[in-house]
Amino acid sequence: MEKRVTFSNYWLAGLFIAPQLFLVFTFFYWPTGQALYWSLTLEPPFGGGNQFVGLQNFMAVFGDAHYWDSVIRSLVFALGTTAISVGFATVLALFADRGLFGHSIFKFAYFLPYAVPAAAVGLAFRFTFTPDAGIFGAVNHIIPGLWDPSRNGGQALFMIMLGQAWKMAGYNFVFLLAGLQSVPRSMIEAAAMDGAGVFRRMRDMQMPMITPTFFFLFVINITDSFVDSFGMIDVMTRGGPSRATELMVYKIYLDGFEAKDYSLAAAQSMLLMLLIMVMTIFQFRYVERRVHYN
Amino acid sequence: MSEISIRGVMKSYGRNTVIHGVDLTIAAGAFAVILGPSGCGKSTLLRMIAGLEKISKGDIAIDGKVVNKLEPRERGCAMVFQNYALYPHMTVADNIGYALKVAGVSKDERAKRVNEVAKSLALTDYLGRKPSELSGGQRQRVAMGRAMIRQPKVFLYDEPLSNLDAKLRVQMRAEIRKLHNQLGATSVFVTHDQVEAMTLADQIIVMNAGRVEQVGTPSEVYRKPATRFVASFIGAPPMNLLEAKVTGRTEVAIGSRHLMTPHHGLANGQSLIVGVRPEDVSSISGETLNVSFVEELGAQRFVHGTFEGQDFVVQQPPSDSSDKPATVVFSIRPETIHLFDAASGLRIEPVSVTAPAPAFA
Repeated sequence: MEKRVTFSNYWLAGLFIAPQLFLVFTFFYWPTGQALYWSLTLEPPFGGGNQFVGLQNFMAVFGDAHYWDSVIRSLVFALGTTAISVGFATVLALFADRGLFGHSIFKFAYFLPYAVPAAAVGLAFRFTFTPDAGIFGAVNHIIPGLWDPSRNGGQALFMIMLGQAWKMAGYNFVFLLAGLQSVPRSMIEAAAMDGAGVFRRMRDMQMPMITPTFFFLFVINITDSFVDSFGMIDVMTRGGPSRATELMVYKIYLDGFEAKDYSLAAAQSMLLMLLIMVMTIFQFRYVERRVHYN
Repeated sequence: MSEISIRGVMKSYGRNTVIHGVDLTIAAGAFAVILGPSGCGKSTLLRMIAGLEKISKGDIAIDGKVVNKLEPRERGCAMVFQNYALYPHMTVADNIGYALKVAGVSKDERAKRVNEVAKSLALTDYLGRKPSELSGGQRQRVAMGRAMIRQPKVFLYDEPLSNLDAKLRVQMRAEIRKLHNQLGATSVFVTHDQVEAMTLADQIIVMNAGRVEQVGTPSEVYRKPATRFVASFIGAPPMNLLEAKVTGRTEVAIGSRHLMTPHHGLANGQSLIVGVRPEDVSSISGETLNVSFVEELGAQRFVHGTFEGQDFVVQQPPSDSSDKPATVVFSIRPETIHLFDAASGLRIEPVSVTAPAPAFA
């Protein structure tokens, strides 16, 4: 049984949590409530008398083929970035964990990208992947028209996926490294005595032992890619070319703030929130409990 | 069967040296126990044999072949770890068979050999279980099985019994010795428990502070401790060690009491350490012990007290009375006395009276 310190004085306890509750309410529950209200009404763009329309906004969203396209795109984006980012971070963590020369410098350097704001990452990637200069300029010079994310939608989406994956890799790296370092040394040594080489030990011992970390990171990465990709898309492609990078979160922005259809945007926000809530509940209920060995 | 020879082996972490030059030969097929207090470098020495620690200086050869540069898997050693180090995500069968799987042995062959090993360790019923579903003794046996299946030339044990309860420890000790006799490989066993060392070993290697203090059979280590440290480490309770001064060729003084000793041939006034085991103290009156407490063990009792201001323990036969006497009389027979140099701690062998005394430079 877990021991807890409990308050017998509820007034004092309430006083202590009041500032936090106030913040959470002001910046989370109130806007969420407002969005929920908007999603059920028809909101004129310049304010003034709104009208209750029930689930009509949701029906409009569900009936919109562009919306479903953005959902599929978001899923591809989420799974793709997560796979790239976690996969890449795993390789880095496995080698950093081996304590090779200079590993403390690498540990610091690998985490650094996570501290860069998404918009800055977007800007950097936009310049790096621009088709008419730098490395891709050279590539296009040899094979004209091979790389152009401003015209090729697939390439544009891939570019943003790389940016998001690059940014999250540092975060994933830290968790994976911590997971690897909690694997008992003697177990790895036992595997070495059993004849397993470095790569074999990584595959048979270290990777299975950090499955809980993998599951945790999958959920976190997917959630993050749903909401945090906004800055990068806005800087790099603004949803284009021809909606190729219009993910759910960016479509909300376009419908709400460009097309000024607050109600439709609010309904989509509600749906995105629901999706993220389901993922979070999944994480708490299943992931955090199931994958344990001892 | 493989001989292990360790030549001038040193280990340092940065500027901190933990093993100061160990020279040692472990005969092929022998059961060698490295015994010492915690932090004496015994596990480090074992891990250097295994290939889990780099050797800073010197050579280790197994079967005449220097293994310094070889990977653990190329040395032909198997190891049983203190915390068993089982693979928690694999079943017992997979744990035992992992080495074969890595070696690319076919599935059928693997299953056959796992079954044989499991049978010899009475693990057949548990092959499908995960390590977390086993008791301590069963886990220990899985760890043994994992080592056995490779049919190694050398078995290395790193305090494998220290996590078991007392009863199981005695049982596993016997099993380990039995296995050793069956398999005929060379075994090196690290422990801080002298009972384990005495009961298991053909050869005991006593280590202290990164140095080997004595190598010998269990009875040699007990009867003729080479240093003061060995004398104080082996035996339960350990040997009484008293500070003394030479007052004659066969006599020393402990405080105000004079004691007959074997012929030591040392100059008068030199200080030395007199050792006598509690079980060797005779009950004939002569000296007096001021009793501080009595340890009752059933088969015998140990009376702790002071003799001439120094701690002293006397073994007595069992007795019906449970009260603590104020004093106990005892005497020390000269032939039971061990002498050690006060400064170096080395054993001083008695001089044979008939032979001429060796010339000291």
